[in-house]
Amino acid sequence: MQLTAQSRTTGHLRRGAVGALLALACAFAGPWVAAPAAAGVLPEDRADLLYHRYEGDRVVVDGPSLLVRKKFADKVSVVANYYLDMVSSASIDVLSTASPYTDERRQMSLGLDYLRGKTTYSIGHIDGNESDYLAKTTYLGISQDMFGDLTTISLGYRRGMNDVFRNIKDPPTGAKQRDPTFAQEMDTRAWSASLTQVLTRDLIGVLSYELVTDEGYLNNPYRQFRYADPTAPRGFSYAPELYPRTKTSNSAAARLKYSLPWWRASVDGTYRYYTDTWGVAAQTVQLGYTQPAFGNWIFDARYRYYTQDAADFYRDLFPRRNTLNFQGRDKELATYVGHTIGVGATWQFRVGRLPWLERGTVNLRYDYMMVSYDDFRDVLAGGRAGTEPMFELDASVIQFFVSAWF
Amino acid sequence: MRRTIALAFAASTLLLSGCKPLEPWVKPYERERLADPIMALERDPVSGSYLDHVFELREGARGAMGSAGGGCGCN
Repeated sequence: MQLTAQSRTTGHLRRGAVGALLALACAFAGPWVAAPAAAGVLPEDRADLLYHRYEGDRVVVDGPSLLVRKKFADKVSVVANYYLDMVSSASIDVLSTASPYTDERRQMSLGLDYLRGKTTYSIGHIDGNESDYLAKTTYLGISQDMFGDLTTISLGYRRGMNDVFRNIKDPPTGAKQRDPTFAQEMDTRAWSASLTQVLTRDLIGVLSYELVTDEGYLNNPYRQFRYADPTAPRGFSYAPELYPRTKTSNSAAARLKYSLPWWRASVDGTYRYYTDTWGVAAQTVQLGYTQPAFGNWIFDARYRYYTQDAADFYRDLFPRRNTLNFQGRDKELATYVGHTIGVGATWQFRVGRLPWLERGTVNLRYDYMMVSYDDFRDVLAGGRAGTEPMFELDASVIQFFVSAWF
Repeated sequence: MRRTIALAFAASTLLLSGCKPLEPWVKPYERERLADPIMALERDPVSGSYLDHVFELREGARGAMGSAGGGCGCN
């Protein structure tokens, strides 16, 4: 079953169209590249080839992502993804205490959805590989349609087992290699639940909850915190961070998506509240608007607001080397506010000479992030410790991708 | 006694009347707008997953709002 842009204009719903809608809805709460199908209908067969690029704070991360999803006998849907990050980093963290580096991260995943009646069972595995980090994640999910296909309930479980290493430079050659004296482990378990509900003939809502708990080595093996040191030239010195060995987070989100009654367009809004045992509390608000135009085009605009309070053991400048049991200076644990604005354009096409190709799209998306930190200072700006200007991050995120439904 | 039985009967009738199967309040033929691709909560999973990954790296919060990836040492 495929949804087409014409389904609305013709006024005829193809069978199971709303089920497919809920299948897509469940992607909202699903795991990476392997969103569990909604009960009652499997996701569409499609292939996507994406080029992504992130650039900000002297960090460039780009690479491809290829995703293919295919059904078999209308009972099983298999999804596979290959994803590559090519990293070139001279971020403020890196320049503060180390030297610029390059690295690669490869991620491959394979997932399977099995449909039985109005229930879909999902299972999958994700394998991530970096020079100093190996990650193996397995996930399970179940989705159930009920109440005349107006309601879908999804439950998920994810278990990640990660090996953390540290790269050092080989003194004679300067080549990067793993530190043979350093090897740590970190495990993640996550439980998720979501309720997707058709509320009216033009309004759909989603409630989601996720609990994640980490155990093991949660530090970044390279990052250091700074503390006041009157004997140092700039009034501070660095020391290795020390984090707790456990972290548990709770997040809950509500989302509404509405089809405008006056013309063909949709708006959506999401709110999320997050809290964790490190003392971080965060709120996210996201708004979006989608507007088809000129027959074959779809335009998107979105805005995301994010704010968080710092972790209990975060300080920009500790008064002494041993101030707290745990001490960190990760700017993602600081107090800050972020704004992201994004736009996107999709061009839809069909190729008559390729009967197996139902339709295709060419897509370009651009997002601009602006983050203002309240308690993370730009040490590269110079000056006495604790008097530097607050750090600000601007970043561009570009996505160009081609999708094909078959 | 009779009055009590009558009240109990009336109350149970009211309660049981609420147990009839729940009727879908949006009929299949009323779901045309919902089936429009622009109403999909995640129109392009490969793109949405990537953007969620970026936000998860730049924000302290995680979960409940999109795709959760495999482990990552990205810092």
